[in-house]
Amino acid sequence: MVNQIIVNGIILGSTYALIALGLTLIFGIMNVLNFAHGQMYMVGTFVMYYTYGVYGYNFFIALLVTIFVLAIIGVIFERFFFRRLLYYAKREEVSMLLAMGSALLVENSALIFFGEKRRGIKPIAEGVYNIFNAYIPVQRLIIFLMAILFIITFLVLMQNTKTGRALRALAQDKEVTYLMGVNVNRVSMIGFAAGAALAGISGAILALIFPIFSGSGTGMSIKAFTMIMIGGAGVIPGAIIGGFILGMLESVGYGLLGGSSTYLVIYFGVIVFLIFRPNGIMGKPWG
Amino acid sequence: MINKNRLLGKLNFYIIGIAYLIIIPVVFYNSPYILSIIINASILSCISLGVWLTFVIGRINIGQAAFVGIGGYTTAVLLTKFGISFWICLPLSGIIAALLSLILGFALLRLKGVYFAMITLTLTALMNLVFLNAIFITNGPNGIMNIKRPGALIIGSFTIIPPFGEGNYIPFYYLVAFILVICLVSIWRLYNSRIGWIFQSLRQSETLAQSIGINIVKYRIVAYTICGFLGGIGGSLFTVYIQNIFPESFKIVDSIYYMLYCFLGGLDYIFGPVVGAFLLIISFELLRSIQRYQELIYAIIMIGVMLWLPNGILSLKFYRTIKIRKEKKIGDLRQKMKKRE
Repeated sequence: MVNQIIVNGIILGSTYALIALGLTLIFGIMNVLNFAHGQMYMVGTFVMYYTYGVYGYNFFIALLVTIFVLAIIGVIFERFFFRRLLYYAKREEVSMLLAMGSALLVENSALIFFGEKRRGIKPIAEGVYNIFNAYIPVQRLIIFLMAILFIITFLVLMQNTKTGRALRALAQDKEVTYLMGVNVNRVSMIGFAAGAALAGISGAILALIFPIFSGSGTGMSIKAFTMIMIGGAGVIPGAIIGGFILGMLESVGYGLLGGSSTYLVIYFGVIVFLIFRPNGIMGKPWG
Repeated sequence: MINKNRLLGKLNFYIIGIAYLIIIPVVFYNSPYILSIIINASILSCISLGVWLTFVIGRINIGQAAFVGIGGYTTAVLLTKFGISFWICLPLSGIIAALLSLILGFALLRLKGVYFAMITLTLTALMNLVFLNAIFITNGPNGIMNIKRPGALIIGSFTIIPPFGEGNYIPFYYLVAFILVICLVSIWRLYNSRIGWIFQSLRQSETLAQSIGINIVKYRIVAYTICGFLGGIGGSLFTVYIQNIFPESFKIVDSIYYMLYCFLGGLDYIFGPVVGAFLLIISFELLRSIQRYQELIYAIIMIGVMLWLPNGILSLKFYRTIKIRKEKKIGDLRQKMKKRE
């Protein structure tokens, strides 16, 4: 029982970390809290549903399609909404409300196009492993491995490529990044696209186990915010830690309390936690 | 010139006030539909006024729906389970919501910027779950139905306010209008007093305000408490007005709408939330046939306002005069330069 809960928590945490990474990337580089992140996750689940579930392409091709579609959405958001706004805006609230507006826009468009029906797709693998007295469906193991793979790929890219270095520089100081001769507009566009793509990836792989419906975005957004608040906003290790912690808490909560009171306790806990550590576990003071 | 403008502004203010308090109820006294729209918009602007006040101290508050819910449930539970008069419930709902925001304010207001926005968002989600799960008080997802209309207000042996009949909207209209006017006037007084200036200084820089010797913790909690109070009052009015209450009415989207009203009207104007709420509610009633797309249109308006009108509708007029003044100044300077040459 305990082993099962821990294993479930780790598997869930890995995918949550992927979501939090995308959110924290966009927050770090542009100082925009992307409220539409959960909605991007939702679009990811739907792209996966149609390419893999309905048209029957290979899972990995569907994954690539999802990344591509979400990256384009990210580019559109950055190019037409946020770049213009951040250039003119005098108050930080403006960018936040724009993000909320885009979240509502995506969610309601999805509601009109796809309806309210809950959908599911066929599993990519059958069978169950028994490791350390815990039952792990093969599918969940694959999801876990893919999430870990994407996290490692992301970290390596951020650490070792020129664009990754530029993104990290942008998160630290925008003006100095300009001075170093970085094309800031291009880099922040890439960053936004990467953040959106990360949301899409997690949507695509979680579509295998979670229900696919057009209202799933808001809940996921709040989960992502919770992870970021736990780990600290704008810090990459913080996002990963926050994701794993929330995954573990959720797993333990569902095991012990069940249903809707889990998140009641978690939200309450987060508020109490933030009284003692306003910037999360690893966050920088900000504001 | 300035005096004339100010006089015109005052005149506009009185005209709007008279139209709101006298002309509308007299003309539409037997069309409950129009009255109900205006009552709805008035309650919403009362709630948004609280959100606006937190914008004044520079915080992005997405938690107002929580306090609206607290106020609403306080009234609903006290009315149905304890049979207490509405006229006690109304201030009590405001006070309980204000107390909660006072306690929460100590903790939450330590966070700034995006963190505050995220934590208030979490607060809305938390309160929604509380309303859903505290079945023994709130009746869970089924909500509380059949809430009575306000009874008579009797002090001693005098009937100050007669009981509100079913289907008669005029007394309710006046109740809501009266409360909105009181809220507006008191917020206006507050905004233009010393406390109002302190609030505005908190927005610009808390560190600087602190260095002058302002007790920033006290003042930001005062602002947040007033915000909670207005939310509670609004929630109480809503509950009695629609006569039922569900956890579904206090979701994150609602908190976002309260912010939208503020932004649409303009964050620098006290009338901003009122203008925003009235404009959106009335225009949506006019476009009744597309109510299926209501949220989509809200979203498009939100994005449009942010991109092209970031200072709100009320800023339109002022924007033009400032621009003209600037151009005039530049023109004068050019002429001076020419003369020197």
